[in-house]
Amino acid sequence: MKIVVCIKQVPERDARLRIASDGKSVDTAGVATEINESDQYALEAGLRVAEKVGGEVVALLLGPDAAEEAIRRALAMGAARAIHLNDAGFQGGDASSAAKALAAAVRQESPDLVLTGLQSDDAGWSQTGVILAQLLGWPSATLIMEIEQPEDGRIKVKRELEAGWFQWITLPLPAVLTIQSGIYPVRYATLKGIMGAKKKEMKKMGPADVGVDGGQVGAAGRKVELKRLYVPEKTAEAEILEGDAATAAASLVDRLQKEAKVL
Amino acid sequence: MGAIWAVIQTEKGEPRGVSYETIAGGQKLAAALGKPLEALVLGAGVAGAAEKVAARKVERVRVIEDPKLDPYTPDPYTAALRLAVEAEKPDYVLFPHTYQVRDWVPRLAAALDAGFISDVVDLRADGGEPVFVRQPYQGKLNADCAFTGSGPRLVSFQAGAFLADDAAKGDASAEIVAQPVDLSGVEVRTQVLETFQEVENKVDLSRADVIVAVGRGIGKQENLGVVEELAAALGGQLAASRPVCDNEWLPMDRQIGSSGQTVAPRLYLAIGISGAIQHLVGMKNSGTIVAINKDANAPIFSVADYGIVGDLFEIVPALTAKVKEARGA
Ligand SMILES: Cc1cc2nc3c(=O)[nH]c(=O)nc-3n(C[C@H](O)[C@H](O)[C@H](O)COP(=O)(O)OP(=O)(O)OC[C@H]3O[C@@H](n4cnc5c(N)ncnc54)[C@H](O)[C@@H]3O)c2cc1C
Ligand SMILES: Nc1ncnc2c1ncn2[C@@H]1O[C@H](COP(=O)(O)O)[C@@H](O)[C@H]1O
Repeated sequence: MKIVVCIKQVPERDARLRIASDGKSVDTAGVATEINESDQYALEAGLRVAEKVGGEVVALLLGPDAAEEAIRRALAMGAARAIHLNDAGFQGGDASSAAKALAAAVRQESPDLVLTGLQSDDAGWSQTGVILAQLLGWPSATLIMEIEQPEDGRIKVKRELEAGWFQWITLPLPAVLTIQSGIYPVRYATLKGIMGAKKKEMKKMGPADVGVDGGQVGAAGRKVELKRLYVPEKTAEAEILEGDAATAAASLVDRLQKEAKVL
Repeated sequence: MGAIWAVIQTEKGEPRGVSYETIAGGQKLAAALGKPLEALVLGAGVAGAAEKVAARKVERVRVIEDPKLDPYTPDPYTAALRLAVEAEKPDYVLFPHTYQVRDWVPRLAAALDAGFISDVVDLRADGGEPVFVRQPYQGKLNADCAFTGSGPRLVSFQAGAFLADDAAKGDASAEIVAQPVDLSGVEVRTQVLETFQEVENKVDLSRADVIVAVGRGIGKQENLGVVEELAAALGGQLAASRPVCDNEWLPMDRQIGSSGQTVAPRLYLAIGISGAIQHLVGMKNSGTIVAINKDANAPIFSVADYGIVGDLFEIVPALTAKVKEARGA
């Protein structure tokens, strides 16, 4: 079974974000990065399925040169090889134009299953995987919390619904699943994995290589334009209790007793 | 001129509360652009829901009624709305940003080759092109977004972006019209086997008076002791954000948020929790909210009443000591 897992490189969780001089993007210089959280879980899920039924996991990433770091991590975790959609023509897009580029690469691979994260921690569209499915003409299911072994060309998965509800569904392969974080504990890359990753294939591809019209991808293909990126103004501001730990704790207890009357 | 559609999500034949928020957002957009607002209800057995929606200030309520739309699966939903949009050509189609919307509306956007601005928290139309505000980077930044080009425009609103109570009532009930779509040729590829609640929640946090909730800032399971001691001193229940449960540091029945429990205790302490919207929806109605976080810009401080900025490993033990002192223990 061939499984493509889409991974995106994003700023590390606690990274300090600075707005770039264009006022529309984050200045990535010196910002530590990681593989998007739900994509790490997607990768873990893909590796588990491949280990169970046999087959390989191909990591697919659209991003600049610096994203090679995320690809290397995916290879170290166990992906067999990687495709890096890396071209100026892919940059500056939205979920729709990213999905068009990813779809072109997936068509060339014709896998049985594509896994994505449910949402990127930077853009946060929560769209790309589902658009990808529609572009491929495949069925999709989102917020997946469990995957069973495929049987008779169908796959059985558990979807997360709101407020603690879940759902078991089946869908025919090939299909796209978007993975919710927490599905399975994510493995660490072993030293052997890290060493082995250096020998694995990382194919850099541009629009022409995957056979997609340059007008469909990147900034040229976007349907949504980011006008301005800024730090939100705080609305209801909390009363911040100052001082060292003991002083702040004492003021808090005092407020909770006298003002809020909850102690 | 095309209309604005507010697409109503129903549950057991009733409009979900968030659907009124979509109407409220739609009324704001309609007023700004001078376009008519219509509601669209789709499902099976949704006549009652359509009537409820018709009481709100909308030009008309369109109803797509088809047995293939129950239970919900993405293929027939996508097909139904694509056909309706192609027939009536609305300019904007609005949705609540629910899990169900995440599951099928991106498909609809691709099927229509339309732009989709998802998870919107506000909108403005300073004469002309409307701007939709989103919160990328886990709510740490704001982004003003606009559509490029023509064609239908899809928007989903974050829960709480608009208030259901603000969805104005109409003077008279709006007309209800059937929106005919032919789904006979649509293949339903997804088969729903079972919908269920995982575990009977062992702890019903919704009854707790005091909740001490811990987030990823705790670092690792072995560190939980400090918050457990605080919870004990306060006589409160321990709860968590999603990553704490994803990492199996605490069981899933302790999770607060859109996929966990919704709580409103008298006192809620958020410790090492950033305050992502999926967490906030589960606790923002708490009486008094205290946030302890090392990042002064963490979104949690915007819903908190009191905050302490600093390292939880210093502050929490100090707080536990003060609480014990105050309670005479
Ligand atoms: C569909 C969907 C459903 C979701 N459902 C839920 C849900 O039900 N519940 C939920 O909680 N989340 C849910 N999430 C995840 C949510 O988006 C956030 O990722 C999550 O809430 C973040 O948890 P956190 O605040 O603990 O972690 P982080 O966002 O990583 O924040 C950790 C915080 O700890 C602070 N910190 C770190 N170290 C220290 C220290 N030593 N002292 C003090 N502060 C420190 C940091 O400054 C940071 O603010 C869902 C997401 C999606 C997309
Ligand atoms: N540039 C990208 N490269 C690879 N995968 C991506 C990219 N952008 C989005 N994805 C995938 O699509 C998912 C949803 O992203 P989004 O629609 O931005 O929330 C992510 O979790 C990734 O799995």
